Amino acid sequence: MTRRLLTGNGAAAWGARLAATDYIPAFPITPQTEIIEDIAAWIDIGDMPARMVTMESEHSMITAAAAAAASGVRVFSATSSQGLLYGMEMLYTVAGWRAPFVLVNVSRGLASPITLEPDHNDIMAARDCGFLQLHCATCQEVLDSTLMAFRLAEDARIRLPVIVNMDGFYLSFTREPVEIPDAGAARRFVGDYDPENVRFRASSPVSQAVAVLGGAPYSYFRYESHLAAQKGLAVYDDLSAEFAERFDRDYPAIEAWQCEDADIVLVMLGSFATKARAAVDRLREAGHRVGLLRPRLLRPFPAETFRSLLSGKAGVAVIDQNISMGMGGVLHSELAGALYGQPDMPPRLLSFIGGLGGRDISMEEFFEIAATTRKAVEDGHTPPPRLMYTEQELREIRKLQAVASVEREELDNSGGLNNE
Amino acid sequence: MYRIRFHGRGGQGMKTASRILGTALFLEGYEVQDAPRYGAERRGAPIFAFVRADDQPINERGIITRPDLVIVADDSLVPVPAAGVLAGVDEHTVLLINSDENAGTWQHRLNLRCRIVTLPAEAGDRAELRFIGATCSGAAARLLGNISRESLQQAIGEELADLGSAVVANNLNKALAAYDSMQAQAGCVHPREETDASAYSRPAWIDLPFDTARVSAPDIHAAANSVEVRTGLWRTLRPVIDYERCNRCWWVCSTFCPDGAIRVEDTTPEIDYDHCKGCMVCVAQCPPHAIEAIPEQQAQEAVT
Repeated sequence: MTRRLLTGNGAAAWGARLAATDYIPAFPITPQTEIIEDIAAWIDIGDMPARMVTMESEHSMITAAAAAAASGVRVFSATSSQGLLYGMEMLYTVAGWRAPFVLVNVSRGLASPITLEPDHNDIMAARDCGFLQLHCATCQEVLDSTLMAFRLAEDARIRLPVIVNMDGFYLSFTREPVEIPDAGAARRFVGDYDPENVRFRASSPVSQAVAVLGGAPYSYFRYESHLAAQKGLAVYDDLSAEFAERFDRDYPAIEAWQCEDADIVLVMLGSFATKARAAVDRLREAGHRVGLLRPRLLRPFPAETFRSLLSGKAGVAVIDQNISMGMGGVLHSELAGALYGQPDMPPRLLSFIGGLGGRDISMEEFFEIAATTRKAVEDGHTPPPRLMYTEQELREIRKLQAVASVEREELDNSGGLNNE
Repeated sequence: MYRIRFHGRGGQGMKTASRILGTALFLEGYEVQDAPRYGAERRGAPIFAFVRADDQPINERGIITRPDLVIVADDSLVPVPAAGVLAGVDEHTVLLINSDENAGTWQHRLNLRCRIVTLPAEAGDRAELRFIGATCSGAAARLLGNISRESLQQAIGEELADLGSAVVANNLNKALAAYDSMQAQAGCVHPREETDASAYSRPAWIDLPFDTARVSAPDIHAAANSVEVRTGLWRTLRPVIDYERCNRCWWVCSTFCPDGAIRVEDTTPEIDYDHCKGCMVCVAQCPPHAIEAIPEQQAQEAVT
């Protein structure tokens, strides 16, 4: 076992390699990532006995991935942000095929306006498609989760595709020490892909082009996918325990940091949650009983585990790095749904939205989130959701708008706009 | 935790410099995190890169707001607001600038209370420009004071291995020379106190006011405004036409220019330096080799 500096992209590629992936369909252009470049280079020099085919879009890439998985080979692919959205129609379609494969998404904010930096609106858009979702916070976790994702996807009880999600820049371009598991040990953990009855052969054709169904039979298939996704909770617990035993790295469905005696708990997804972890350490030094929960599994949603970890807590602050226009933070709503009406649940559940388009969440902001939650607990009053934005940030926007409005006046005066 | 920020222009090797320093610190037994940060990739645009090193696993990520060491490979970036070179620089920070002006001049000009160290600028010499990343990482390694010559050497060997032994050797010479030149300042960079959760300055959060779509839609009303963006500022190399050699073919350089920055008037090409990004495609394409590449700084000095 070697420990070396590796980016999140590099870690994902190593995951695909160690899982002995057979086939990698890839859209090769922006917003594709270095994950595919690394794999292509390995295939080229003979280090990875796999086949890569470049496709003309993410839509085709996801179709090819599921079609290949249905033919009985192990499939990996990767995309990011707008690419994930471009493939959205097929994400929903292929999940229903029940052909398992692993897709890595490098999370970045969506247009418009355009950004290259991370947030979770892309992956949240894929929340309801039927893919299971594993969310990573470190480069090591990206590699390990990719291995675990194959086990989860291919499990006979589940047989659904899995997305492994990592944040753009904060993981994808960031190097950290990563332990690359021994190839044999990784191979033994992941095991062989047993495609069972999905296996398509020339001698025994199978069609995924199911006839148009009415409500009741349609519902049957949708419900069955949902039930399979929910089985993922138990399957994940087993396989992550096995992973911990083999590799000595533990990845529970929800990572709990300093939660046991905490009154106030922060809840956050992805790599920004490590910043929250650092903030919790500082807050503990200052004598505050604050903890952090970081769900690794978003689909299936570990509602029962959340309830048991949050039972008896005084206040919870959910920090969403996404925004559902007209509603707010997605994770906040989901957690509220899981906790509402259950016994011993925290009386205060606060919502904070931040980190959109890579906007930093400072250490002081984490302290303030904890302080606001503490105050809400003391006052017995839940404040409205906080869109994290500072006076200084608005000042800078107002300055740009002032410049733009002078430009516009000049255009108006010169008749520039009237020509339209 | 050590927090280090590199500033340079796309193409100057800041990502590689940060990786060399990251690897060297890793070889010294530190937990390390290194990351470049840039928008849409482009040569000559301001980019920055981070290195963090600690004796325990690092949880902090992304932007470094309170740096212990800031390295500036290109001193023309200091006055560029978008580059954010001086963000969070205070009396604790060590500022290393690659410049042919001395530390005293910079101290006076910036009116900063931090320690300023200059690397004798070599960027003016085109042959040396390629090594500025390695030079910066060598100097930074010595300022940190916790990286041995051997670790620096090994880090450069690892990070540049794909470029061949000659490139490694050249970079190594430059980096080690820079390392040695910082002897008097060795170990002047120190990690600062961590933010105290019991006495912090509260973020000035505001309730974002509602603005109508006329104000808040991200529309650009000005037509043809790309002319206003002087992309020529991104250039590190300037193509210069030698009209003695130019055979007035009237089309090759202007056709190949990906930015339409070469205009031909009566068969004579003229480069629009406000918008030439310095990609050097024209230099490569010109059949009579009439276009030369000159380091931008040198070209500007020749003009002024």
